[in-house]
Amino acid sequence: MSHTDTNDGKIAHAHDPRYGINIMIWITLLSLTVITIAVAGIDLGNYTLLVAMFIAAIKSAFVINYFMHIKFEDLLFKLFLVGVILVLLVVFVLTGFDVFLR
Amino acid sequence: MSTNSSTNVAHEEEHGHEHVHDLRDDYGSKLGMWLFLFTELLLFGGLFLLYMAYRFEYFPEFQLSAKSLKIWMGGLNTIILLTSSLTMVLSIIALQRRKIKASIYWLITTISFAFGFLVVKYFEWSDKFSHGIFPGGEELALKTQGEKIFYGLYFSMTGLHGLHVIIGMIILTFILVFIVKGKVSPDRFVLLENGGLYWHLVDLIWIFLFPLFYLLH
Repeated sequence: MSHTDTNDGKIAHAHDPRYGINIMIWITLLSLTVITIAVAGIDLGNYTLLVAMFIAAIKSAFVINYFMHIKFEDLLFKLFLVGVILVLLVVFVLTGFDVFLR
Repeated sequence: MSTNSSTNVAHEEEHGHEHVHDLRDDYGSKLGMWLFLFTELLLFGGLFLLYMAYRFEYFPEFQLSAKSLKIWMGGLNTIILLTSSLTMVLSIIALQRRKIKASIYWLITTISFAFGFLVVKYFEWSDKFSHGIFPGGEELALKTQGEKIFYGLYFSMTGLHGLHVIIGMIILTFILVFIVKGKVSPDRFVLLENGGLYWHLVDLIWIFLFPLFYLLH
């Protein structure tokens, strides 16, 4: 966590919670949304879904790291998150094998 | 984070009051919130799994049905949710910087955006309903199996997501009242942070729902 109160009442910030960086993230997210819509208009064949999901993954990474603050949390939070992503990945890949290669 | 909760305790002991609350554990409550969010991810994950399997089986029907969804409406809702996530963050930062009024203002903005999302969703769904396309609708019953599955997934996934938007609005409204009453304050803001985490999850799920349902050509 970024915020600590010092005894004299001043606020010290290990990671100063700034407005600027979050506004930058927001602009990035909006730009990526525009890119997603633009790319969807181009016929990329089988890669359409892949590209759309790739951009969505980048957007999620920004939201999780900055808006949800995971980047500045303890290792434990990050390990849990990696664990959940791995579980989802395994479930999707194994189901994918069943569905696509049947 | 652990340093935060301990310094908060020190802060309160120094002022010599609120000893009852010295036992509070910001680290633990945030960890608990994350664990809850993981169960939410697995819940939606299951629905995305269904989507993947059926999209593979009925791709032409999915493409055909997706054309009836309006990209601009989905796009507008994407912008609304992304912006509401920003205002949520700004509300937390403002409270941490002891700007309580600004924090309240940003939180009200966030809740208003949530309402705006639901308004767009309302027009979107009523348009579909008026064309007889809703679960059990007479027009939908005449469509092919693949189209029925597409609309079934569309209504259940965006519906469950919409339910989360409504729950998020209720949670944030409660937190707003707590800030006004001083129960959530610059020294005690973990509840606002946890409410924010829930709100960002709603945004996160929409980031995937939008391209999967609206951007199929």
